[in-house]
Amino acid sequence: MKAQPYDVMPGDKVNPGDPVTVDRYTTGARINHWITATSLVLLALSGLSLFHPSLFFLTALFGGGDFTRFIHPWLGVVLFFGFFGLLLRFWRANLWEGADNTWLARISDVLRDKEERLPEVGKYNAGQKMVFWSMSALIVVLITSGIVIWDRYFSDAFSVEQQRIAVLVHAVAAVVMISIWIVHVYAAIWVRGTIGAMTRGHVTGGWAWRHHRKWLRELVTGGRRS
Amino acid sequence: MDLPNPNVHNPKVDLTERDVILRSASPLPPPPERKLTSVAKLIDVSKCIGCKACQSACLEWNNMREEVGVNTGVYDNPDLTPNMFTLMRFTEWVNPDSGNLEWLIRKDGCMHCEDPGCLKACPAPGAIVQYSNGIVDFVHENCIGCGYCVKGCPFNIPRISKVDHKAYKCTLCSDRVAVGQGPACAKACPTHCISFGTKEEMLQQAEGRIKDLKSRGFANAGVYDPPGVRGTHVIYVLHHADKPEIYAGLPNNPRISPLVDLWKGGAKYAGMAVIAITAAFGLLHHVVSGPNRVKPEDEENAKKLAGAKGRTP
Repeated sequence: MKAQPYDVMPGDKVNPGDPVTVDRYTTGARINHWITATSLVLLALSGLSLFHPSLFFLTALFGGGDFTRFIHPWLGVVLFFGFFGLLLRFWRANLWEGADNTWLARISDVLRDKEERLPEVGKYNAGQKMVFWSMSALIVVLITSGIVIWDRYFSDAFSVEQQRIAVLVHAVAAVVMISIWIVHVYAAIWVRGTIGAMTRGHVTGGWAWRHHRKWLRELVTGGRRS
Repeated sequence: MDLPNPNVHNPKVDLTERDVILRSASPLPPPPERKLTSVAKLIDVSKCIGCKACQSACLEWNNMREEVGVNTGVYDNPDLTPNMFTLMRFTEWVNPDSGNLEWLIRKDGCMHCEDPGCLKACPAPGAIVQYSNGIVDFVHENCIGCGYCVKGCPFNIPRISKVDHKAYKCTLCSDRVAVGQGPACAKACPTHCISFGTKEEMLQQAEGRIKDLKSRGFANAGVYDPPGVRGTHVIYVLHHADKPEIYAGLPNNPRISPLVDLWKGGAKYAGMAVIAITAAFGLLHHVVSGPNRVKPEDEENAKKLAGAKGRTP
């Protein structure tokens, strides 16, 4: 039996036919993703409402300022565990490879849709890997700083100066995270045929050929887990 | 001894919305039609006997009750709480010049900063207001209990209630001042250590006290009206004004923390800009480059590849 390529995940499978379809995400992975995604969107909305006065009106979505203050940290807990699930599922396929540096060096070709000039990509390209790892790091920063400023339970556990540092770190990390989230969502919209991977769980063979050819070859030549 | 009597003609005002000059998380209100006379509470630390009548009066007027605590062998009550807006802080200090043990007693509580850090940090519109007479007040209907005011305050004053999750602190008895009464603590003080009046009067009175203290050997006696927060509406007369920190950690040069300035200043605008620029970049990229679509030949190639697999056992 062949050694399993690092970027082939359980459930990844090519279904011959017309068109060829490729299973990319299991039901469990998709549910895990959408729980994480929902909590992130709600966190961004509730967090922004307390970040800039002009966005305070967003607290109305959560039933007012008090409830926004109450729910935001709990949503953070959901995000933390939700993303932890994704981390366990996806970390291996996101390990950095030499070819990722080449891909990154040719980022202008990526943006100009000249994929023929890029090295063949495995399950994830370098951009996706960067989104994944920066999200992982930012969530650690956000949950840590968030606990320091979770006044209801931890107000006595940290000094006011520690809370001041934490609130600034929390705001900066959140801004970076929201920006990365915008990149993530935009990439899924721009590269047509992507969103189906996270909704129905599969993509077309042409999509896999065009964007993740190395991964498709691995699936076809049968490195699958039995 | 020709010290002026403490002021008993408190300026009569009625604090209403029209007297608000700063409102948290809101644009600057229009300039008020009238400007109230700046008021101040003067706490002459050198006259304080530590009787805690001010604490009792504060609890009484605000209709608050503290649970009966346990005597741990010191005079201090544990700390300010959501019920206890003012507190005597006792310090035993050995004066290195004279070798004397000095018992320093400072009435702690909100200083009513001219540049209020709590108000600057507050994210809830109208939860903290500043009136044109200088009083900084919490409006509890608007408070969401986030605790940002705690981070903004250079004096560590606001406390968040574990009962209703709202922030509490000394109001400078804004409800009494509004009807021409002085603060409850000032009324109760038996030694006239606490006085209330216009800020000008209070500074004058402080000058008199400082002259007296200096004549009695307290060369560094002075007023505590810290310029780092553009002055306060609660001011102290200290016998050792050169080292306020010996009075249970009264900050030497209080100002709004640079971290809070950065958070509520640069970070707020830069953060929104970064998010907007990222979104604009995505929009622009899509407009100029169009969607990245899978071509029919990609599907053909995939079919060929998958077909090749079909032939391999």
